[in-house]
Amino acid sequence: MRALGSGGTALPGLVVERLQSNAADQLARGLSATALITGTNGKTTTAAMLARILRADGREVVHNRSGSNLMRGVTAALVEAATPLGRLPSSCSAVLEADEAALPAIAEAAPPTVAVFTNLMRDQLDRYGEIESIALRWAEALNIFPRDSTIALNVDDPLIASLAMHWKGSCLRYGIEDPNVPPAPAGEIMDAVWDPQTQDDFRYTRRYFAQLGRWHTRSGAERPCPDIAADEIEPGSGSITFTLRLPEAPIAVTLPAEGLYSVYNALAASAASMALGVSPETIRRGLESHEAAFGRQEEVIVEGRRVRVLLGKNPSGMNQALRTLQRPGERHHLLVLLNDGIADGTDVSWIWDVDWESQAEHCASLTVGGRRAADMALRLEYAGLPAPGAPIANDVGLALSAALDAVPDSEQLVILPTYTAMLDVRQRLGQMGASRLWDVA
Amino acid sequence: MTDTDGHQLNVAVLYPDLLNLYGDRGNARALERRCAAREIEATVTGVDIGDDWSPEEADIVLVGGGQDREQRRVQADLQQRGDALREYVDQDGVVLAVCGGFQLFGHHYRGWDCEIMEGIGIFDAVAAHPGPRIARCVGNVVALWEGETVVGFENHGGRTYLNDGQEALADVVSGFGNNGGDGLEGAKIKNAYGTYLHGAVLPKNPRLADRLISLAMERRYGPEAADLTPLDDSAALRAHAEALHAALSARESALGRRFA
Ligand SMILES: [Zn+2]
Repeated sequence: MRALGSGGTALPGLVVERLQSNAADQLARGLSATALITGTNGKTTTAAMLARILRADGREVVHNRSGSNLMRGVTAALVEAATPLGRLPSSCSAVLEADEAALPAIAEAAPPTVAVFTNLMRDQLDRYGEIESIALRWAEALNIFPRDSTIALNVDDPLIASLAMHWKGSCLRYGIEDPNVPPAPAGEIMDAVWDPQTQDDFRYTRRYFAQLGRWHTRSGAERPCPDIAADEIEPGSGSITFTLRLPEAPIAVTLPAEGLYSVYNALAASAASMALGVSPETIRRGLESHEAAFGRQEEVIVEGRRVRVLLGKNPSGMNQALRTLQRPGERHHLLVLLNDGIADGTDVSWIWDVDWESQAEHCASLTVGGRRAADMALRLEYAGLPAPGAPIANDVGLALSAALDAVPDSEQLVILPTYTAMLDVRQRLGQMGASRLWDVA
Repeated sequence: MTDTDGHQLNVAVLYPDLLNLYGDRGNARALERRCAAREIEATVTGVDIGDDWSPEEADIVLVGGGQDREQRRVQADLQQRGDALREYVDQDGVVLAVCGGFQLFGHHYRGWDCEIMEGIGIFDAVAAHPGPRIARCVGNVVALWEGETVVGFENHGGRTYLNDGQEALADVVSGFGNNGGDGLEGAKIKNAYGTYLHGAVLPKNPRLADRLISLAMERRYGPEAADLTPLDDSAALRAHAEALHAALSARESALGRRFA
């Protein structure tokens, strides 16, 4: 097991990029299969699930872990796996997270066997510009994909479903089919409000979260029928069970992760696995052996207290994280960490688009931290959460110790950090001797 | 100080789903909350495309930001409401127009594809996008408004230019403001305020929020109602100070790089 608290994973890539500008290119040529995962939310977890499944299938996998998903991280992953002679082990598959904006460059360097598009949501518009320009860039990127590659699309997201129009090759569609999924709260933020082609509004017979759901337009466009679907979804504590409907057969899956977005990640990973010829039984085994990736739904034990880290880097991601904390009667100690680094988005306005109000009745104690802790505290005061028990600390370490102090033994601290705050808090948890729950259990 | 108990204000939010970028919904929340603390009953109504609504029903009109595509989407509907909104502002109606909404409350906005979106000309200003290759104005902003700092975050491709005689809302201390050139931020005419600042802007600029409430109270209930009970703004002012720090430290490090 990797030690907790190793942050900067992009460095080897930077070095090699300078030494050899087409390092990724050359290495990628030796791969037996390449899976690219792109989209706003779920890349890291989907990639981790897919890597598990492929390993369960006995394949050797290189994987740009740790959210290091810009071009440099991809190069680093390939270089790290290469032999001293600069070759990848034969029959090695690559699972590569591709940052939304970097997809064209990554697809050029590492032509995909399968490419998964998870969703397209409002995320750091200060960094990426407008949402449609990304959709456009993706559609163009499809032109450089090898013709025999497969694309896997989340058809519950209308912006993703429409990518099929730009692709003549094989396409696997996935989505949720369960009619009993509770609908998104009214007023929840949503980005794809209308169809850019026809200007028609997207209408929903069911909307799960953000713009994901069963959509249609007045001019007759509608959510396509998925090839791979999740049904009979039952949330549990620390896990979620569902029926994974694959074209071959339905299989029952118990996924050790929470929330509907985890089901989407499992669907995405299953679609990619199918495209790579993995059997349903192996898909199930891979999914059920899933461990939360770096800072996503991670649970550790620190000084006798259970600590859960739920990354939330944009309104829909944070709303989904919060939704796993809303079981009736449940109360949590919260540590909310808001940073405004470039990787977090320098604009913190998005916190006004998150439904923190949902936590008012579930929050036992509150601590805030991070570079924009006071902004966060103001937002949470508006949401009706209890006043922070400790003074506002911009320093993540101070905030963490204050939060741990507020948690009685045997109760759980839930940490909700932005991206760089997650790296920071994870490192500190590691220094405090945090161990994974399953290491002690 | 008058007893404002039992007083009411109607807050109308134009296009709450389409023009609500970067948390602009926080502005209505701030007004609602600051009214409630004074026992003024604020009712917030969303106005969507095609809705039957007249500004006469409103005491405060809010309009938020949106991407170019959303601005294009609302402009025809907004045009239809232009006369009524101009009349409302003439009669001292209170407006806060943010970013994309600010641009559409000027004469027009030329988008990045050079297509003109007609505004409603409440502000004597025009906005233009310099094209997709020119960097957007993005970052934390500090501006001086009536001798006080206002803070927020700007993210706009369009540049707004005020015509002669059009007053700005504030002077830029740090950030781009209207166009990154003339040091001006926003616009103000009568009780209509336009700004590029998100944040949302009102929660952490409580003085600005109270100005809008006070103007609306005065218009509806007379001059004595303009005097508002002070509130405990410690959380808001901490967030204000933090945003100020974020803006100024970014500026310092940029200056440091330049002279290093
Ligand atoms: Zn803006």
